[in-house]
Amino acid sequence: MAKEKTPRQPMPEQPPEARRRNFEEVPYGYPPEIAQLEASRCILCKKPKCVEGCPVEIDIPAFLKMIRDGDFLGAARKIKEANALPAICGRVCPQEEQCEIRCVVGIKGDPVAIGRLERFAADFERVNNLVEVPPIPPWTGKKAAIVGSGPAGLTVAGELAKMGHRVTIFEALHQPGGVLMYGIPEFRLPKSIVEAEVDYVKNMGVEIVYNAVIGRYMTVDELLQNGYDSVFLGTGAGLPYFMNIPGENLNGVYSANEYLTRSNLMRAYKFPEFDTPIAVSRKVAVLGGGNVAMDAARTALRLGAEEVTIVYRRSRTEMPARIEEIHHAEQEGIQFQLLTNPTEILGDDQGWARGMKCIRMELGEPDSSGRRRPVPIPGSDFEMEVDTVVVAIGNGANPLVPQSTPGLQTNKWGNIIADEKTGATSRPGVFAGGDIVIGAATVILAMGAGKVAARAMHRFMMGIPEPVAEETAKPEEKKVDA
Amino acid sequence: MNQIVYKKVLAANVKELAVVAPRIAQTHKAGQFVIVRINETGERIPLTIADADPEAGTITLIFQEVGKSTMLLGTLEVGDQIRDVVGPLGKPTHIEKFGTVICMGGGIGVAPMHPIARAMKDAGNRVLAIIGARTKDLLIMEDRMRRASDELFVATDDGSYGIHGFVTQVLQSIIDQGEKIALVVAIGPVPMMNASCKLTKQYNLPTVVSLNPIMVDGTGMCGACRVTVGGKTRFVCVDGPEFDGHQVDFTELVKRQMAYKVQEDRSRQMFLHKEGACQA
Repeated sequence: MAKEKTPRQPMPEQPPEARRRNFEEVPYGYPPEIAQLEASRCILCKKPKCVEGCPVEIDIPAFLKMIRDGDFLGAARKIKEANALPAICGRVCPQEEQCEIRCVVGIKGDPVAIGRLERFAADFERVNNLVEVPPIPPWTGKKAAIVGSGPAGLTVAGELAKMGHRVTIFEALHQPGGVLMYGIPEFRLPKSIVEAEVDYVKNMGVEIVYNAVIGRYMTVDELLQNGYDSVFLGTGAGLPYFMNIPGENLNGVYSANEYLTRSNLMRAYKFPEFDTPIAVSRKVAVLGGGNVAMDAARTALRLGAEEVTIVYRRSRTEMPARIEEIHHAEQEGIQFQLLTNPTEILGDDQGWARGMKCIRMELGEPDSSGRRRPVPIPGSDFEMEVDTVVVAIGNGANPLVPQSTPGLQTNKWGNIIADEKTGATSRPGVFAGGDIVIGAATVILAMGAGKVAARAMHRFMMGIPEPVAEETAKPEEKKVDA
Repeated sequence: MNQIVYKKVLAANVKELAVVAPRIAQTHKAGQFVIVRINETGERIPLTIADADPEAGTITLIFQEVGKSTMLLGTLEVGDQIRDVVGPLGKPTHIEKFGTVICMGGGIGVAPMHPIARAMKDAGNRVLAIIGARTKDLLIMEDRMRRASDELFVATDDGSYGIHGFVTQVLQSIIDQGEKIALVVAIGPVPMMNASCKLTKQYNLPTVVSLNPIMVDGTGMCGACRVTVGGKTRFVCVDGPEFDGHQVDFTELVKRQMAYKVQEDRSRQMFLHKEGACQA
């Protein structure tokens, strides 16, 4: 059959010239007919590889077929059987290294755009007010406490609610969503979408207590004493790492967490309508090569900076950011200083950053992460003019829960040790997942960990034995290196 | 939402509020603080806990109106709600029986000193409290500090009340009298804490200060509150707020506190203009 193959359908988006100065979402999403056309590219494999790549095991061919056939609502419901946050995942999951990389269509062409179609189905359901709460079984008599309302915590909460447990989430901040709210910018993940998907979880009966910093406000032991039968720790990213170079405490130097929290959670981009200020910058350097660095750089541009430069010590190939994000950043005019490492931030006499000393790097032998280690080139020092520096090289672990929970084991970085197959920690009834366990990772990995933990918490609370002999928890040695 | 149940003007631009926050009232310890967000468009500001009534479920906040947020907070009345109150945050003061403890509070720094002095006294220490202000009208919590200490010294910069001079001068005279001092706790504006530490350093007196940098989340996530202590970067919200005063880089702290001066001035001007227009 000599039928012309349908190419992967591009998603319409705001042109770079317009979007680089506004905070509105960049891609517009597929129109229905394009979504159907794209979904028709799926060949409905009998043993779908894509599903194996999905940390929350969405039945991908099933929902793609529904989109193809015009049953958009059915597609959304199918996704939601496995994933309570599809509009979020459709936007921020790295599909190119999970489901889409395994897509058979992708072997001889471009893979089916699974992520865009997930987004399409979820948006269709939400925009048309068709979101329905799944049936909730009668109460099991068990109560679970979730610490943190980020992707891991929301997933655990939704899963446990669907099994009939009473769930309370304790959130440290004044809004739900964790990194989805404070970290990922509006132009990549509109906050109204986060709110809508959090509402979906709340409508399953999940209660959220805000401003509750577990470890200070109440301890894990107090939760267990106060009627909770199990606890999930999804506290997320902790203390931001700095470079440990001179000048890092100058004004104008931020952690990416602070920069993004001011702009996203606190809406500093709407100052003075909102009270939280943020630096008014001319020349911004963002240190790091991950998604957070791209988010910070693109935020700086939208806040009005004239020139924004990503400074990364390795080459483009090693950049941990999604290719799509690097591409978006480039289109918007972000500069890249690759194979470059800052050695000092220079200040003026008022304590403000005015420049940055850097050294050029070259790639040497592979290091423990398998990537070629960057080595400084002697004598290649140079200076950059900057007034704002955003350090986006990752986070350590937040100490508040481990410090206040006797017997909770952590590894040498302070991350909580949890069994990969169950999320179980060294404390019976206490489970953990997401960034607090694996270090900085992705939204979907946190959700995958949440799903695993929810099943184990259900078994724990109901007194159901573990299905197979579980390996004992072992220290997690993997560390994401920006 | 946290309701205001009591309000009192303590001095020019210094106000006291009792706010419903039952869990914080029960669990807070001396030295800890809260973060407050007044309304939906508000910023998150750290405020010290000056007192608490666990039975009534209220905490006492004492603050000076310096910027838009504290000015707005000052306009709230009994019955009004504060959108968010988060806490207790920060590590509690290390309390034990040291011997004679000097509790120095300068200006608004008397407020966080109050629960610390009381806890020190309750632990069996002999508490000598020194409180000061620029002038008599700005002095706060004299009676409460008298009750929380064994002996109270009051100083004003202009001599309008109590001893004429700085709190450091009072400390100097106590040292000169040969008092055996086990610990000094100093809380107040950065220049006051800096001067206190310079003095106590000469006599090798262990000195604890409580720092008040800019904060956002207050839970260790953002790093806005970082300070240099003993050459190392520390986060005031989770590592502090109290540190060995002899190790703190006060010069850096002062500069970091000024980071948003331009924006803060603009917010304040807009707020004053709006308030003025309302009253006209």
